[in-house]
Amino acid sequence: MKNYFINVWNAFYTALVGLKVTFLHLFIKSVTVKYPLERDKVPANSRMKLEVDWADCIGCKACERACPVQCIHIDTSKALPEDNLAATKNGTARKLLVSNFTIDLSECLYCALCVYPCPEDCINMTPNYEFGKYDRKLLIEQFAPFSDDDRAKRQAFEEELKKKKLAEKAVKTKEKE
Amino acid sequence: MSRIRTEEMIINMGPHHPSTHGVLHLVLHTDGEVVTKIEPKIGYLHRTFEKHAENLQYNQVVPYTDRTDYIASMNNNWTYAMAVEKLAGVEVPEYVEYLRVIFGELNRLASHLLFFGAFGLDSGAFTPMLFGFREREKILDLFEMTCGARLLYNYIWIGGLSHDIPPGFIEKTYDFLNDFYLRKDGKDALTEFRKLLTANRIFIERNADVGILTKEDAINLGVTGPALRATGFPWDLRKTEPYSIYDRFDWEVAVGRGEYGSIGDNMDRYLVRMKEMEESAKLIKQALDQLPSVKKLDVRSAVPNRIRPPKGKEIYFRAENPRGELGFYIRSDGSPKPARLKMRSPAFCNLSALPAMAEGWMLADLVMILGSLDIVLGEIDR
Amino acid sequence: MQGIISLFESGLGLPELWAFVIGVVVFSLLIFLFIALFVIVAVWLERKVSAVIQDRWGPMRAGLTIQGELQTIADTVKLLMKEDIIPKPVDKLLFILAPFIVFTATFMVFAGIPLGPNAYSGTFDLGLFYLIAISSLGVIGIVMAGWASNNKWSLYGAMRSVAQIVSYEIPIALILIAVVMYSGSFSVKEIIATQDTGYGIFGWFLFRNPFMFVAAILFLIAGTAENNRTPFDLPESESELIAGFHTEYTGMRFAFFFLAEYANMFVVGVLLAILFLGGYAPIWHVAALADIPVLGWFFGSSGFWIILKAMLVVIIQMWFRWTFPRLRVDQLMYTAWKVLIPFTMAIIVLNGIWMKLFNLI
Repeated sequence: MKNYFINVWNAFYTALVGLKVTFLHLFIKSVTVKYPLERDKVPANSRMKLEVDWADCIGCKACERACPVQCIHIDTSKALPEDNLAATKNGTARKLLVSNFTIDLSECLYCALCVYPCPEDCINMTPNYEFGKYDRKLLIEQFAPFSDDDRAKRQAFEEELKKKKLAEKAVKTKEKE
Repeated sequence: MSRIRTEEMIINMGPHHPSTHGVLHLVLHTDGEVVTKIEPKIGYLHRTFEKHAENLQYNQVVPYTDRTDYIASMNNNWTYAMAVEKLAGVEVPEYVEYLRVIFGELNRLASHLLFFGAFGLDSGAFTPMLFGFREREKILDLFEMTCGARLLYNYIWIGGLSHDIPPGFIEKTYDFLNDFYLRKDGKDALTEFRKLLTANRIFIERNADVGILTKEDAINLGVTGPALRATGFPWDLRKTEPYSIYDRFDWEVAVGRGEYGSIGDNMDRYLVRMKEMEESAKLIKQALDQLPSVKKLDVRSAVPNRIRPPKGKEIYFRAENPRGELGFYIRSDGSPKPARLKMRSPAFCNLSALPAMAEGWMLADLVMILGSLDIVLGEIDR
Repeated sequence: MQGIISLFESGLGLPELWAFVIGVVVFSLLIFLFIALFVIVAVWLERKVSAVIQDRWGPMRAGLTIQGELQTIADTVKLLMKEDIIPKPVDKLLFILAPFIVFTATFMVFAGIPLGPNAYSGTFDLGLFYLIAISSLGVIGIVMAGWASNNKWSLYGAMRSVAQIVSYEIPIALILIAVVMYSGSFSVKEIIATQDTGYGIFGWFLFRNPFMFVAAILFLIAGTAENNRTPFDLPESESELIAGFHTEYTGMRFAFFFLAEYANMFVVGVLLAILFLGGYAPIWHVAALADIPVLGWFFGSSGFWIILKAMLVVIIQMWFRWTFPRLRVDQLMYTAWKVLIPFTMAIIVLNGIWMKLFNLI
C-alpha cells in the first residue's frame, strides 16, 4: 500500500520535472536556422561539390585512378598547335588536351580521394552544397569547355592519327621483313 | 470452463515501419498483443561491401567502411585502418593516435546521442530525439571543421589522418564538453536528458524488467558492446585488450547494475550507453589535456604511398565500436588489393539475440527492445 | 451571438417547421465553421508549441507575417486535393462511413457547449451527461475504421482504442459526480452559475477544496486519454502501429479524423473549463475592463472567457504530448483501473466529508 502511493507520487512528480524541462525551453533561442532565408556558415574546407579547373588539368588521370567508384571520366588527345594551351598555375606545360572531363556527381562518394593525388591541385572539393537537379543525368558534370561537335571532330582526328600511326607501323614492319 | 479459441496472427513489421531503424523486416507471430515468435529478415540494404573491397586498393576501401555503420563512421575507419596497419606493418605516430582517440570517442558520443533520441522516439517521446540531435550537431560541426564532412568522413587513413585539426578546434571541443557534461551547475545536456527521459516514471515502467538478456545468453549469442555490458559483464575491448593508446587514460567500463529492475533489461542497456557518454567525454577531455605535450607533426607523414602486404598474410583485428565489437579479417595475396575482406559487424550479431529477448513480450515492448539494441541496418546488411 | 439566438427563437415570422430547419442548418454551419477555424489555429499552435519545446522555429514561411499562420490552410488544401484512395480489400461502406461517424460524434458535442449564459445551441437539464455520452460515441467510428481497413495494424489500433476509451469513461463519470455534489445539478448552466460567485477564480470548483484540485488533474489525465493523445496515444502510436486506426486513410477522409482529434482536444478543454474553471464566467468581475476600447469587447463577452480557458487546457495537452513517452497497454489499464478509479472514488467520499464538515450541504 505504501509502495503504491510512493509509485503514484513518483510518477506524478517525475512528470512535473519533465514538464519543467520542456517549459524552460520557452526561453531558449532556437538552434536551427530558417534555411532558405538564412544559411549556416559552412567551413571553407567543407567537402561538398567537386569542382575542376580545366585550365590547370594536364590530363594525367591520377584522379580517375584514385576514385573508388569510377565516377570520373577523362579523355585526352594530343594538343594541337592551334589549341594554344597555356601552362598551368604551377608552371607545368600542358602537352595533352583534356577533351572530356566528366564527373557523375550522383555516383560520387565525396571521399576526396581524387583531390590528393592531383599534381596540379586542379580538382577540389568546394563548400557549394546546393546543386540538386531534377534529373539524374543532369548531375553528370562536364568540365571541359567543348561542345559535343568539337569533341566528335577531335575524336575523329585522333582516330585518324591512330590509323595513320598503325599504317606507318605496318609499313615499317613490312620493310623489316 | 472451456477456453476461448484464439488464433495466431502473423504480422509483417517492416521493412517500411517507423521504428525498425531502417529496412529491417520482422515477421511476427502474435497472440493478441503478445509476440510469440520473431523471424528477422534482412538484406534490404545489401551493397556487397566485402566483394567491393576485393576490387579496391587498401586505401580506397576506407570510404566504403564509412558506409557500413554510417552513425559511427570514424570508428569504422579507425578499426579498418588499424587492421591494415597491423597487416602491412605501418607505424602510426603518437600525435595521430591521440587525434584518433579524440575523434573516435567524439563519434561514439554522437552515436550514443542518436541512440538516445531514437530510443526516446521508440518510446513515444518526440522531444528527446531533437535534443539528442541538437548535441550531435555540435559534434558534427567539429568534424566538419576538421575534415569537411558531416557524416561520411574518410578521415582516418591507413597510417595517418586526412587532415590535421584546424586552429580553434581544441577550444571548441572543450566548450562542447563543458556544455555537454563537465559543467557542474546542472545545466549540462546530460542532466537535461536525465530529467526529461531517464527519470520519467513512464519511461522506467516501459523499460525496467523488459527484454532481459542473461550473461550466458549474451555470450552464447555473440552479443557485444553495450548490450553485453548491460548484462553485468565488463567486456570492453578498450579495457580488456587495449589497442591504440587507451591504456594511458583513466576511465571506467560501464556495466549494467539493474538499478531499476533486473540486470540485463532494457533500462540497463539504456543506462550503460548514458554512462558511456560520460566516460567518452572524460576520455576526450584527458586526450585533449595531454595533446599539447605530444610532438606535433604532419598527420600524413606516415601514410604509405603504396600498401602491399606480404603474400599469404592474414589478420583478424577487432575494436570496440559504439555498437559492439567490430572485426576485420583481411587476407593478402601480395597485390595492392585485399584478396579477401570479411567484416564482423556487431549489430548483425546483436540482432540475432532479438528473438531470445523479445519473444513473450508485447508488441510495444518489442519496439523498445529492438531500439535498445541500437542496430544500424547499413552495418547488418553491409 | 445572443442576438442571433433570439432572432431564431422569435421564429423569423416563418412557419414553425421552416424556422426549425433553418435554425438547425445555420447553427450546424456555425459550429462547423468554428471547429474548422479552431483546428486551423490548433494545428498551427501545436506545431509552434513543439517547435518552441524543441528549440526549433516551426512553420515560418506561409502566412502574412513571418510566423507561418497560413501553414495549416496550405496543408488542408493539400489534403483536399489528394487522391482519394480506397484500398481494394476494405469493407467499403464502413470504411467510408467511419471518419464521418468519428467527426459527427465530436460535432454533436459542440451542440451542448455553452458560449455564454444564453448562447446555447441546445439547452438540456442533463447537459453534462449529454456531453460525456456523445463525446465517447466517436469510438464506434474508430473501431469501424480499424476493422474496415482490413489492416492488422489498424485493427490493433482500434482494439486498443476501445479498451482505452471504455476504461477512461469511468473516472471521468466519477469526477462528474464530485462536481455535481457541489453544483447540485447536471445542467451546464447551473454548474457555471454555482461557480460564478462574484469572487472570480475563488469561486471555481478547482479551489473549493484540495480534493477538487486533485480531481481536476485526474480529469485532465483522463481527458487526455479520452482523445488519444500522448502519453495515451496508443490507438495511433506511430512508433508501434505506424498510424493505428487511420493507417489506410488518405486525403479528405484522413482530414476528418484529424479534425475530430483536434476538436476533441477542445471538447476536453471546454469540459474542464465548465467543471472546474468557471466556464464562461470571467476570471474576475471588473466593470472597468469592459470600457477598454477593443479588448473590452473581448473581456465583456462570455464566449471569450470559455474559449480562453479551453485553449489553455488545449495548450497544456500539447505540452504533455511533447514531453512524455507513451504508456504500454497494460500500464494504460493499470492507470485507469488501479489509480484513477480508486482516487476518484476516494475524492467523492472525501468531498462528502468536507462538505459535511463545513456545512455546505
